[in-house]
This record gives sequence, C-alpha cells and structure tokens, in this order.
Amino acid sequence: MLTRLHSRKDLEALRKELMKRRQPDKPRITICGGTGCHAYGCVKVTDAFKNEVAKQGMEDKVDIKATGCHGFCEKGPIVVIQPGDIFYQRVRPEDVLEILGETIAKNSIVERLLYIDAVTGKKVRHQNEVPFYQKQERIIFGSNGEIDPTSIEDYIAIGGYAALAKAIFEMAPEQIIEEVKHSGLRGRGGGGFPTGGKWESCRHAPGDIKYVIVNADEGDPGAYANRSLLEGNPHSVLEGLIIGAYAIGCREGYVYVRHEYPLAVENSRLALDQAQQLGLLGENILGSGFNFNVRINRGGGAFVCGESTALMASLEGKVGEPRAKYVHTVEKGLWNRPSDLNNVETWANVPLIINKGADWYRTLGTEHSKGTKIFSLVGKINNTGLVEVPMGITLREIIYDIGGGIRGGKKFKAVQTGGPSGGCLPESLLDLPVDFDELSKAGSMMGSGGMIVMDETTCMVDIAKYFLTFLEEESCGKCLPCREGIKRMRQVFDEITEGRGSEKDIEFLEQLSATLVDSSLCGLGQTAPNPVLTTIRYFRDEYEAHIKEKRCPAGVCKALIHYYIIEDKCPGCGLCVKECPQEAITFMGKKKPVVLDESKCIKCGVCGDVCKMDAVGKR
Amino acid sequence: MVTFNIDGREFTAEEGQTILQVAREKGIDIPTLCHHEAIEPYGACRLCIVEISKGRRSRIVTSCLYLVEEGLEVKTNSPRVISNRKMLVELLLARCSKNKVIKELASQMGIEQSMIKPEYLEDNDCMVCGLCVRTCEQVVGVSAISLVNRGITKEPASPFLEPARDCIGCGSCYYVCPTGAIKMEDRNGTRIIYNWKVEFKLKKCKVCGNYWAPEKQLEYIRKKWNLPDDFFDICPTCK
Repeated sequence: MLTRLHSRKDLEALRKELMKRRQPDKPRITICGGTGCHAYGCVKVTDAFKNEVAKQGMEDKVDIKATGCHGFCEKGPIVVIQPGDIFYQRVRPEDVLEILGETIAKNSIVERLLYIDAVTGKKVRHQNEVPFYQKQERIIFGSNGEIDPTSIEDYIAIGGYAALAKAIFEMAPEQIIEEVKHSGLRGRGGGGFPTGGKWESCRHAPGDIKYVIVNADEGDPGAYANRSLLEGNPHSVLEGLIIGAYAIGCREGYVYVRHEYPLAVENSRLALDQAQQLGLLGENILGSGFNFNVRINRGGGAFVCGESTALMASLEGKVGEPRAKYVHTVEKGLWNRPSDLNNVETWANVPLIINKGADWYRTLGTEHSKGTKIFSLVGKINNTGLVEVPMGITLREIIYDIGGGIRGGKKFKAVQTGGPSGGCLPESLLDLPVDFDELSKAGSMMGSGGMIVMDETTCMVDIAKYFLTFLEEESCGKCLPCREGIKRMRQVFDEITEGRGSEKDIEFLEQLSATLVDSSLCGLGQTAPNPVLTTIRYFRDEYEAHIKEKRCPAGVCKALIHYYIIEDKCPGCGLCVKECPQEAITFMGKKKPVVLDESKCIKCGVCGDVCKMDAVGKR
Repeated sequence: MVTFNIDGREFTAEEGQTILQVAREKGIDIPTLCHHEAIEPYGACRLCIVEISKGRRSRIVTSCLYLVEEGLEVKTNSPRVISNRKMLVELLLARCSKNKVIKELASQMGIEQSMIKPEYLEDNDCMVCGLCVRTCEQVVGVSAISLVNRGITKEPASPFLEPARDCIGCGSCYYVCPTGAIKMEDRNGTRIIYNWKVEFKLKKCKVCGNYWAPEKQLEYIRKKWNLPDDFFDICPTCK
C-alpha cells in the first residue's frame, strides 16, 4: 500500500528513500516486456529467471525486472544486465540457467546470445554499442528499459513527477504554456499543430469546465509506438497530462485508448490507481489545492476515432463520426466544452520540457520541428522495431544505419511514412531530413510515426490499392467524397491491377483525389489520396507498365503474372507437384521436367517457394 | 453584425449565421441535398461547398456549417468550387444512377454521362444524407431509426433491421427525403413504411369518414400535449 504524499517535500523524501533502497551495484536483469517481446515469449523468460533465482536462493545477489519495450523488436526477447549494459538477444527460457551461472555468478559473457553486427559481422556486448541504438536519441523512450511500468516507485526513483511538482509549485499556468510554446513542441499525432498554442487557446476559451484528453487510438497498420509508450512508461504520459490540465485549467481528463491494446489499458489503469493513492492525482494534488481526475475510456477500434471530433463523439457515447471543425475543439469539444486533445507521445514530451527547460529541448531537431520522434520501423528491413530519432535525421540514416538496410540483400524501393494516409517516398528522397514540413512537402506526412520500408518485390500500384482498401473499410461513411470516392478509386485500382486499366485512369485518379482533399469532411478523407498521389508522382512508370503493357514489374499483381517451369533446371523431383494446392503440376517421371497447367494455376507461388533448383519462373 | 462578401457583392449579416443562410436570404443559389432549415446542419453531401478566403489563403468549406465572419470573401461558383462539385455529383450519379432527382442535378451541372464505368454504376435511391434519421430525432423526437454500419455500407435502418418499434408512422422521413428513397403507402386504412418494416392503422374521421393519420401518431401527439381523449376524432378538414 502506498502512502499519500501531502507536499512536494514528501515526494522528494520518497524519492530519496527509494534511491537509498536501490543498490546500484547489485546486478539487475531487465527483460523487455513490450508487445513484440511478448509475442516472442518474454513472459516465460521472466518466469524462468524468477523461478531459478528463487530456487537457487539468489535473491540477495540479483534483481529481476520486467520492463517496458526496449525497441529492438526484431531480436526479442531482449535481456539487458546492469550494471555493465550487457545486451542479450533472442533469449529463451533454456538460456536462463547459463546467464545466471555465467554472467551473474562469474561475470563472464554468454557469447552465443550476443548481437552480431550485420555489417561488420562482429559480436556486440553492450546495448549502447548496438548500431540500432547508436544513432537514436531516446529521450522519451529511453527510460522504458529501466523501469517496471507497473511500479510508480520505479518511475519516481528515476525522477518521475518532479516536473509536475515544479510546474505546480514554481510555475504559473501561463508560464508553463509559454515554456511549451517556446519549446516548439508540435503534436505527434499527425497534423503537427503547435502544442503550446493549442493549450493557450483552450485556456483562454470561455467556460468553467474544460477537458484534457490523451489520444491513444493509434490505428495505423504497422504503427505501435504509442502503444509501447503507454505500456512501457504510462506515468510519463500521465505526468504530462496532469501538467497540461494544470496549465489549461482542467479538473477532468480522459485517456482514450483502444481496447485492442490490453496491456496499455491495464498499465494505464494501474498507473492511475497508483498516482491516485500517492496523491499525485485526484483531490488536492501534493497539497497544492489543485484537483484533477482522469478516466480511461476504451475505444472500439475504429480508425476514424483517432480523429479529434470523432474521438470526442465516441467519448460521449455516440457513434464515432467526425464533425466539421470550423469551431475548434479547444473551444467546443467534448460535450461542447473547451477540450485539449494530444497524442500519447506529445504528452510524454511535456515532463521533459518542464524538467530540462524549453531551451534545452530546442537544441534537438530542426528549425520548425523540435525534439525527437518515435517511429515504428517495419517492413522489409533488417532491424524492425521502435526507434526514437532527433527530428531532421535523414530517411537514409533511419533505414540503413539504424534499420540495418533491406532484408535479404534486396534493393530498396520506397518508404511509406505516416500510416495509410501518408505517402510513399522513393530512393531519390532518401536524404530527406525527416520533420513535419519536409515530409509534407514531399507529399507524405509524419502521422503518428509509422514507417514501412518496401523493397523491389513490392508493387507500388498494389500498395496504393492496399491502403485504399483499408481506408474504404475505415471510412465512417458520413460524407459523400470519402465514402463514395475511396471506393471508386479502389475500383480503378482493381481495373489497373487486373489488366483492364486505361490511359485515362491516372487522370481520373488525380481529379478524384483533388476533390477528396478539398471537400472531405475530416482528415481521413482529406489525406486518403496521399498514397495514390505519391505513388503516381514517384512511381508513374509502374502505373504505366500495368496500364500500357499489362505487366506488373514487381511481379505482385496476380492477374498480370504467369508462372512457368524452367525445363533446363527442373530435375523432376516432384516437390512442387506435392505442394501445389490446385494439382496444376503434373509429374512426368524421374529426371523429366514437370508440366504446369496454367489454366488450373491460381498463382499462389508455392511451387516457386518450395523449389530448391530455382526452376520456377515468373513473368 | 458582420460585413462580408459573396461573389463580389457586399452583405451584412448577424453573427452566428451560416454562409448558406445568408446566401439563401439574398437569393444566391447554392445547391444542397442534406440540408433542411428545420434541422441542424450536418455537412454530409458537401454540395454546398464554397471557396472562402481571408487574406491570401483560400480554402473550400461547406457553407451550411461555416459561420459568416467579418471581412470574409466567399465564392460560390469559382472554378475550384465547380470542379469539386461536379466530381461530387459524379459520385452521386454513380451510386444513384437511375434516381430522377440525382439525374436532374447531374444534368444541371452539365453531366450527361457518368465518368464511372457502366459496370460499376449502382441503382440506389438513398445517398445517406441522414435527413430521415435526423428529422426523426430532432423534429419528431422519437429516434425510431438510425444510421447503421460504416463506410460504404452505411445506411439508415430500423434497429437490428427489425420492424422499427418506436416509429409512430408520421411519415416525416418520407416527406423530408430529397431523393424519394423512402417508400411509404396509405392503403385501405393502413399506412406502410417499407424501409422500416412497419404498418399502422389509420384513424377514420367521425364526420367525413376519411382515413387521415396513423392512430399511433395521433396518440403520441395527444399524450405529449395532454389533449382530451376525443381531440382527434374529427379530421382537420372537418373541424
């Protein structure tokens, strides 16, 4: 049971006490408990450590800690041993005994669990030497790996809630807003609207009751940065929210988080309970007289509910439909009252700005985009994971230095940023500095930080169609251009990818796109054409190949490709005959090439996948 | 009062009025489908788009929702408005390719043939403006129907597609629908609204013997306004 803190002094005393209890020299095994590592079975690894430590009576010698996400999902489950920063990857429960016996007992390294640098081929011992982490600037995400997200004491021990105390006891609300404005922080959820300005408008908006809201409705396919932050360090988000509430003048706040994020929901709930018990949330926070309560609201998973007005409608218990924002939500938002909605990552930036000052914060990033940004680096890349980089880093650095380049030695083709409403950028733009304005100039956007890397086997026409199909399903259907327009675009893509495209199609797509951008009701429809427009802009030759030559250069669009047996190479082993689900391949006898009946072929490609002799061709 | 400009003409209007309201008062034509003055503006059909500017930056907004501002310049027929509106009508026509109202609208816009391939044209009457649902909620006050599903499958419907239990048969949805998508019929003392799967017994006037309104609707009104039991025994014509 936590004892309530009645003053700033109490908080500092607790922090001192927690620090004293911490033994910096006692070995600490931290196991990543992020979503990616969960999928790899980190819970079993943690249990194995705990059981073994108990069995061997090593509790005095080592601490075991399940932490938030470390980011390097590709190599999970990740185990880092402190002090010493020893980095083990792909750890399985069977490795536990050896780690305890070697690294903890004898201070020696288990070589086979070390990460091997893909470029140099050398083994890397320490986390900070892993190239994946070297170019990152993990100011938001860094503490994830140090703390147990279910323990408020861990968060306080690393300096947590000091920013809140500073804000409440040393700063006037206007001063906080000035600091946030001066920091240049812009919304991490998509639009990149200046956060301080938004707070200021909300503070000045008439009304007694105002709301602050955390937008944790991250719905882009492939993006999971907000999820990991809320799972791995919920108190940093909560602390930012409380500071924002104090600055704007709110007594109530909401966390709108999708129900598909069970761990994020659970950890946020725990965080709220603990903060409440300690008197960091609720009535009379730290004895300051400031009251603020937060509720968690679980979203049903509609993509459109990430849009501010739709999110607020959903919070009100209505259908998640957006409305026109000619009157801004900072004036009339939730229940028609002034409301400030910020993304998870935006909120998590706030304590840092208060603690270290806006001047420090401004040293990171570019002229108009300050700070860092967390990206979900996924797709055809060697090191998938969550990366936090300073604004202004180039795409090339993210993809090659941090991401380790393209998987399987293939050639880079495009990178899609900003989720389904973002754009696909080509190789010629790899040296583009990543910030809000540069991405938008290139026809894409920051979005909530999805970054999907594609290689030469990706068809750009097919990709545009994929995103349209996603958006077609996720459109709320309220306004005509989004509801009908996306569907009509997708139909044109059906035609093109199935070999019935005509030369007028590209022009029609561009016209229809212009109407969606101009006249859709909300951001979903207004940005839906981005994947189409950017692929036309940068990969027009692929469209033309589909339309004029009825050919899919990447060999993806099924209607345009044909499989055939390369007779010289086929030894007649019959493996493809066995695997073909359509019985389209006939065995002709040993050492005789098999025969493929194209009329039965569904172009699933299994024959090519199983052939060891590369005897299946595709054209 | 605010002073602003529509298509080069200066107007003054009260604060809080929408561009559409002022334009209509002044006899400037802006097409709409999902708008009705008795109902809160919704902004779904987007036909009422106009181009606005204040200073250098111009953008497209829906005039049914945008409130007039001091110094605003509004263009109801700029090339950008026209090309957008034409495309919107194209989309309407593709969905409701056989609907008379939509076909007429298209022809007024100079669209004789749809840009969409014939095999993709649909034969829908409803274009999901939501007027039926909003009238039922805001004017009638019973919310017997709602918009269900999302995206391309969104449509007005009765709860769980079962007969709409709360429907009073007033027919407001039928009267307000701009495209005739709601099918209603009065026959042999019965009113049927096919869309909501409901049937109502009509009340017979004690004087002329004509059937004049659904009994359930009259009962609803009688109770709501605390009227005497026999208040609706005689139809308005005979009263």
